[in-house]
Amino acid sequence: MAIKAKHQRLVLLVIALVVLIGAGLLAAWALRNQASYFYVPSEIVADPPAPDRAVRLGGMVEQGSIKTQPDGVTISFVVQDGEARVPVTFKGIAPSLFVEGSGVVAEGKMRTDGTFIADNLLAKHDENYVPREMQNMTDAQAKQVVAETQ
Amino acid sequence: MIAELGLAALWLAAALAALQLVSGSLGLTRRGTAMSGVVRPLAVVQGLLALLAFGCLIYVFAVTDLSVKLVAANSHSMKPLVFKIAGAWGNHEGSMLLWVTVMGMAGAVVALVEKRLPEPTMLATLAGQAFVSLGFYAFLLLSSNPFERLSPVPPEGNGLNPLLQDLGLAFHPPTLYLGYVGLSVAFSFAIGALITREVGPAFARAMRPWVLGAWIFLTIGITAGSYWAYYELGWGGWWFWDPVENASLMPWLAATALLHSASVLASRNALRAWTIMLGVVAFSMSMIGTFLVRSGILTSVHAFAVDPERGTFILGLLAIYIGGALTLFALRAATVTEGKRFALVSREGALVFNNVMLSAILGIVLFGTLYPLLAEAMGAKVSVGPPYFNPMSALFAVPMLVVLAVGPLLRWRRDKFARVGKALVIPAMLVAVAGIAVVMIGGVSLLPFLGLVLAVGLAWASFLPLRDRNLRRTPLPVWGMVIAHFGIAVALFGMSCESAFTVEKLVAVRTGDITEVGPWGVKLDAIEPVAGPNWTALEARLLVRYGPDGKVTRMLPQSRSFWAPPQQTSESALLTRWNGQLYAVLGGEGEDGRWQLRLWWKPFVPLIWIGGLLIALGGVFALIGRVKSDVRRLVAKGRIADRHEGEAQLGMRP
Repeated sequence: MAIKAKHQRLVLLVIALVVLIGAGLLAAWALRNQASYFYVPSEIVADPPAPDRAVRLGGMVEQGSIKTQPDGVTISFVVQDGEARVPVTFKGIAPSLFVEGSGVVAEGKMRTDGTFIADNLLAKHDENYVPREMQNMTDAQAKQVVAETQ
Repeated sequence: MIAELGLAALWLAAALAALQLVSGSLGLTRRGTAMSGVVRPLAVVQGLLALLAFGCLIYVFAVTDLSVKLVAANSHSMKPLVFKIAGAWGNHEGSMLLWVTVMGMAGAVVALVEKRLPEPTMLATLAGQAFVSLGFYAFLLLSSNPFERLSPVPPEGNGLNPLLQDLGLAFHPPTLYLGYVGLSVAFSFAIGALITREVGPAFARAMRPWVLGAWIFLTIGITAGSYWAYYELGWGGWWFWDPVENASLMPWLAATALLHSASVLASRNALRAWTIMLGVVAFSMSMIGTFLVRSGILTSVHAFAVDPERGTFILGLLAIYIGGALTLFALRAATVTEGKRFALVSREGALVFNNVMLSAILGIVLFGTLYPLLAEAMGAKVSVGPPYFNPMSALFAVPMLVVLAVGPLLRWRRDKFARVGKALVIPAMLVAVAGIAVVMIGGVSLLPFLGLVLAVGLAWASFLPLRDRNLRRTPLPVWGMVIAHFGIAVALFGMSCESAFTVEKLVAVRTGDITEVGPWGVKLDAIEPVAGPNWTALEARLLVRYGPDGKVTRMLPQSRSFWAPPQQTSESALLTRWNGQLYAVLGGEGEDGRWQLRLWWKPFVPLIWIGGLLIALGGVFALIGRVKSDVRRLVAKGRIADRHEGEAQLGMRP
């Protein structure tokens, strides 16, 4: 074999580096396209994301807004942050902590007509498990929300 | 009293770890050889003390000693005993204590058992192990003391998160920790070998059983965790790319790569620097995993401690250990001489390919897991999910699985594809047949399609290494490899079927209504209240039937309300047949008296976990084989030494 051990090591090193850097670049590119951004209602109304893009919407469930559709499994409600209101529809079993006046994060897509179609709902669980986005939101906007809902 | 005993044992163990570090390091210098004798006993006693501390914690949880803050915060006198005990490590402090206990015990076993390596390497290894332990002792004692007392004593504890009140919890975290911490031994061996420049087959052989053991536990832990998330969360999925799941997957990927490169080093004396590097990376991934879970910096169903101080502490530890190890590697890598050469087409070549692909997947997962943190630093809140992870990891997993079918057939050093080509005709034909069959069924997207056809080919190819062997004389590690590779095919088949053929139905029904999902007919027979030790529930009685004339079976999904802490969970019901699982979740009651039901028919889904267990079983076979031959070698060496001694004595007395 003509290759010296030292050269072989170098070749292996180069191959490994090329693959790993390639993987890194690919990952960076994919993340730019696939990462799902978090919005509060006022942001999503002001600057709606593309309709095919998966995003997350967090806010307070408006009092009196939860309605069950005739099929019994689709619910619609309004998420608001004190500045804007976004109608949301969700087909599925809502988490038990999903109630009016409490926080929610909806995962899904924003339709062009301004309705948010949620695939999944995350409700506030307990003190130990709060979606991080919601933690901040309640700090910043809780007062406003409370003032409005009372 | 018991709590104070535990705390004292913990401080003492930390002091011994410091002593072990100092005496081990001194033992490496010329003057300090006198110190080297105490290092092994120190490691053993330190392990026992950590075990004692952990025993004390179990005790205070078992008797619900509410004067201990941790017990009051996480337990409740009305809990069943098994959950009281499991609650000891179901929280931040307890799980960190479990971590150092396992680490101390692992160090003790290394000190007692490992006799193959040169003594300086052993000293450096044990000093390294003590150095790592010391950091975690400091973390426990300074920022998360599990034995802290509470005054005044509360009348009752807060209880344990109901989601965690499950037998899965009792065994899931300890299993993962055994894996994480087993990798710390590999890390210490790597450090020891680097310091004393003894990187060779002996080092790889000493390290291999530990990597194998850790890898087995990680495999079982990940499999169990996936099943737990599947039935407990009631979302019908089995893998969510949640940061905590990724935290267990990343060390597994690194350990898998390490396992394979260590076997190249052990049998061929090649890939020296690479194996060392992987040893460092594997444990670093364990620590990053712990950091992600424990610091609570990422949103997760598992993140139960949100405490920036602790996060900073672990981050500091990470920086010291990973940074230190990488610096040492950079300084010493040049002095690690090159290993033996090999051709591109060879067993080594295939294993290098596997290693590079695994590392790339590891990079993809790590990047995706940390990306939300990076983005947040730049002011954007994002989350990363399956649309990123699935295709990106498949991109590297698919070529790896193709090579996985071929690699074990190749010879060491140099080979030709032509030699193994004939054996691969049948698997290639199976792939083609499966491909046509799936296309005829139709409606299957690209990734599950690739998974299905690869799984079928790989299932056959994984047995090919046995083809020219006498099965009775085949060494256990070869059986282990065959079983583990077959397990990958089985799991892959389950995953692909789940994603390609799952049928879902979401309905609102009245009692007496009948609905259908896939081949199943489902009737809601009744809704009844039931009660458990610390919960009440509404239970749906479902009568289900497979096909028009199948046997009628009952399924009982529940919606449970716990009262300490007050919380609702839904208990899914599963019905397993040979060809899949029916999954039922009970939702809420509508105003019109209809009940929400969510049903899934998931063909072949149990194969995911059966495959995972097969992979672990393969590891067990390999481990038994390795340990057996190590013991045999040790015994033979002892006999030879005895004989030499005897001959020498005879020679001295003519």
